[in-house]
Amino acid sequence: MLLRVTKDLVAASATPIVLGILAEGESYGYAILRRIGDLSGGELDWTEGLLYPLLHRLERLGHVESSWQVVPGERRRKYYRITRQGLAELAEQRRQWQTVVEALQQVWPSIADIRPLFTPLEGNA
Amino acid sequence: MTITDGKDELEAQFTLWREHVRRRPELVESDTDELEDHLRDSVDGLISKGLAADEAFLIAVKRMGGLDELSREFAREHSERLWKQLMFTGEAGDPVRRGRSRRDVIVMLVCAFGAAVSVKIPELFGRGFNEDSLFYSVNLALFALPWLAGFLVWRRRPGAGPGGALAALFGLGAVVANAYPLDADSQSARLMATHLPIALWLVVGLAYVSDDLRSARRRMDFIRFTGEWFVYLVLMALGGGVLIAFLYGIFDAIGVDSDSVIGTWVVPCGFVAATVVAGWLVEVKQGVIENIAPVLTRIFTPLFTVALLAFLITIGWNGRGIEIDRQTLVMFDLLLAVVLGLLLYSLSARDPQAPRGPFDVLQLALVVSALMIDALVLYTMAGRIAEYGTTPNNVAALGENIVLLVNLAWSVWLLLRFVRRRGTFPAIERWQTAYLPVYALWFWTVVLLLPPLFSFR
Repeated sequence: MLLRVTKDLVAASATPIVLGILAEGESYGYAILRRIGDLSGGELDWTEGLLYPLLHRLERLGHVESSWQVVPGERRRKYYRITRQGLAELAEQRRQWQTVVEALQQVWPSIADIRPLFTPLEGNA
Repeated sequence: MTITDGKDELEAQFTLWREHVRRRPELVESDTDELEDHLRDSVDGLISKGLAADEAFLIAVKRMGGLDELSREFAREHSERLWKQLMFTGEAGDPVRRGRSRRDVIVMLVCAFGAAVSVKIPELFGRGFNEDSLFYSVNLALFALPWLAGFLVWRRRPGAGPGGALAALFGLGAVVANAYPLDADSQSARLMATHLPIALWLVVGLAYVSDDLRSARRRMDFIRFTGEWFVYLVLMALGGGVLIAFLYGIFDAIGVDSDSVIGTWVVPCGFVAATVVAGWLVEVKQGVIENIAPVLTRIFTPLFTVALLAFLITIGWNGRGIEIDRQTLVMFDLLLAVVLGLLLYSLSARDPQAPRGPFDVLQLALVVSALMIDALVLYTMAGRIAEYGTTPNNVAALGENIVLLVNLAWSVWLLLRFVRRRGTFPAIERWQTAYLPVYALWFWTVVLLLPPLFSFR
């Protein structure tokens, strides 16, 4: 069975991931989804209904800007580019995520060590 | 199957998909473009993995998820789109529709401007707005409604016959309004000022249905148009009031008195232009914004029912008769007209297939109580006419009363049959739309015949 990341976590990490991908260079919707799939080995379950509204919101907030471009030999596409403000937002998100990750690393020194501290009582659910 | 066949089929499927997506109010044209591009990418990706074109298309669409879910996500980000603003620029559909709506705007502006200019032309011939109030009170509708009818005719393109009839009717209205020797204080002048606009409005109705004169649906559309037009006109009047208050205030602040400019230019020109603009708004936004008249109907039908029942109970309790003079008779005529309006607009918004519900019974109660009140009014009125004889006013008021009474009485019968499951809903609608010419007939009678019959009293 494929391990899927829960919806809440996908939603929470959506903005930093998209901003991060766009920080690598301008891109368009389909390519961004492909990149996310590659990055997570298919475990991040992103839909178009999540990506496009998110891109539009980031554009409204001024974190990204978009333009319809015609690359020779290809279709007309809507490309998204990160803005200076978007880079600042990415840095801020990164700082917050780092805090979370560090905290998690401290309470979970390593996955193998996680064991119940006490045996759960039977039938107490 | 050759490769080109597969491509054609694929293109046909993309076209279908686009049409399907375009119906979603949450998704605008550029979203559709973006999503289509995405879909094409995933189809290409799947084909390169060895799938056939139609399979690839199916899978790609499936991966994109249901349109319902997709548009819900878009709606969350673009909630303003659900308010469905009128868009004057950009993004509005295909080029043909855009070209048409732009031409509509231009013709509307020409008509509105024409109306605004025409209302000032009589001043060149010494008929000042402030000096000659009789001239303007009987003619005002003639400066506005022909332009609105012209706009509608431009949209409908009904051909020479109906067009000529419309021109003749407006001409007839202009002739009687100005050729009859009306005295400013006479009842005939007042009747002309109140009845000619309604008579001309029914001519606008003729322009509205001119592309299909016999269709009951088109006539019902005209009833809807009337309600929406009125709502828009009132809204614009409110906005105009704010504009005028500021105009007066800011010019007052620099010591310039703007009274005469406002009174003789802004108000009359603005009013006649607003009638055309309101008509255009109703035409272009058809189906774009929820209609407001039916909503108001839903709110006020119960309230009016309670008010009328309370009135009847009070009469029964106190045994008071209705004291009739001209004012009260006009008021009860208006009451009947409002009840009819409530009936018409709930009819116009009703789904003909919907089963009968409590609202239909409520409506029946409303119309029945209005009829009972009107019977009392007519009874008193008959006594008054027997005592004082006829005047233009009470003949006109009585005529309207009877016209409305006949309509409502038959409506009660049809509603009763409908509520008791003996009749169908479309029968009520047909009755109302078939009755429209009766109003036209009566109002034109008042305008054309009553003044000479009473020797312009």
